[in-house]
Amino acid sequence: MKRKHLLAYGATILLIYALWYILSLLLGSTILPDPFIVFSQGFMEIVERAFWAHVGASGFRILAGLIIAFCTAIPLGLFLGSNPRFDRVFSPLIYLGYPIPKIVLMPIIFVIFGLGDMSKIVLITMIIFFQLLITARDAARTIDTEVIYSLKSLGGTRLDFYRHVVWPVSLPGIFTSLRIVTGTSVAVLFFVESIGTNKGLGFYIIDAWGRADYPTMFVGIIALSTIGIILYETFDLLERKLCKWKNP
Amino acid sequence: MAISRDLLRVRGLEKTFSSGSDSKTVLKDISFDLAYNDSLAVVGPSGCGKTTLLLMVAGLLPPTEGAIWLEGDEIKGPSKKIALVLQHYGLLPWKTVGANITLGAKLQNIGISGKELQETKKELGIEALDHLYPAQLSGGQRQRVALGRAILLRPSLLLLDEPFAAIDTITRERLQSGLLAVFKRRRFSFIVVTHSFEEAVFMGRKILVLDNRAGIRTVLNNPDAGDIAFRSSPEFFERSLELRRVLEDLP
Ligand SMILES: Nc1ncnc2c1ncn2[C@@H]1O[C@H](COP(=O)(O)OP(=O)(O)OP(=O)(O)O)[C@@H](O)[C@H]1O
Ligand SMILES: [Mg+2]
Repeated sequence: MKRKHLLAYGATILLIYALWYILSLLLGSTILPDPFIVFSQGFMEIVERAFWAHVGASGFRILAGLIIAFCTAIPLGLFLGSNPRFDRVFSPLIYLGYPIPKIVLMPIIFVIFGLGDMSKIVLITMIIFFQLLITARDAARTIDTEVIYSLKSLGGTRLDFYRHVVWPVSLPGIFTSLRIVTGTSVAVLFFVESIGTNKGLGFYIIDAWGRADYPTMFVGIIALSTIGIILYETFDLLERKLCKWKNP
Repeated sequence: MAISRDLLRVRGLEKTFSSGSDSKTVLKDISFDLAYNDSLAVVGPSGCGKTTLLLMVAGLLPPTEGAIWLEGDEIKGPSKKIALVLQHYGLLPWKTVGANITLGAKLQNIGISGKELQETKKELGIEALDHLYPAQLSGGQRQRVALGRAILLRPSLLLLDEPFAAIDTITRERLQSGLLAVFKRRRFSFIVVTHSFEEAVFMGRKILVLDNRAGIRTVLNNPDAGDIAFRSSPEFFERSLELRRVLEDLP
């Protein structure tokens, strides 16, 4: 299973590599530098402390956004999903808030929170928050009455109910939506880092682009993608570890 | 066997489900008693309110009218003295059999020795399933895990909702006898809901027959229940036939 997974990754990387190479031959290497140039540029970059400062800034922002969104949206979602009365009160608010493209609020967020890390983290958090909230709530809604009766008659308290029923029922859905928001949050990260900052991979990419330094730009793109892949695989691994009952 | 004062007392029980302007009275004017070491079988057509009755006794559903007392105290919520095996077993799909079976004891802080656990599993024939998840079990195995979980709570009263529905006849008869022996040894009283006349006559010293018009039709006395020899006696077949007639006469 694990080896197959790695093999698939290896094959995909090789395929991209080959397509990239062919494309760079077709387009000419000033527009699309061939992979060898990018990799040698990459090796030069990763020994630089400056490069890692950008990676660190991006990693910090996206992790902070994910963690804050997770710690607020999940408990709230689970609470609403298992308390129909509160759910009815808050549902309209959620339905109103969810479809608003939060990214258009960026100027306001920048005005309120300034141009530093804070505003970037707030924006990432806001975008992930609703996605996680709705997933957690819907998962908690699916709880079978028989399981509720069962836990109550076994002497379970309200807290036991969250611990032994609501949380485990919702976990698979939460991991699925965490994997989905990974893509979104990397995209948002790139966007917010391309404006008004001189740290982060978003800036790194845009800066290289402005200088027409395409090899460096591609190094940045690969680094940002790698952050996404690492997050995705971490969630996948955690899901397989914590939700064994789904695929025993 | 000495039957002492009442364990359970049910008086004027009524349950009406209402949603909006719709309301439906499922049970009405149900009264009966259950003594210590006694047993009651509840039979009746599908949808007559058997599960509803058990849920009310278990303190999980409030009655619309009437009340239930356990050892003199009115039942207002789940009690540690009552254990329930639900119709669809109520196992938690995300916990292994091993974790499911000890869950109630863990929640109620009941200490269970390894020996007791082993013996209970052996009695029910579920020793080798600990690491599996409920989805990996057969229906009959799930039922027995749920039974084990209830037995480990050492309740005074066990409520069983069609506990053998998913089990073949041979295993079912073996389990009925096995369970009766366990109950007798551990001094459990129980209420068993069933669709089977034979099961009712074999397991219930009283038989409560419900109908679809929200009332009790009959309470039959069946003092020989629980005796293995009784099952192959002519009286057993006679009483099964009697019960069949009562049920067939229902509107
Ligand atoms: N929560 C509820 N809300 C509304 N109606 C309900 C509810 N629970 C049960 N009922 C209704 O009450 C009636 C009795 O249900 P119950 O589950 O007690 O039947 P039962 O005798 O156990 O049937 P079966 O033998 O099929 O298990 C049914 O008509 C059912 O639709
Ligand atoms: Mg039922």
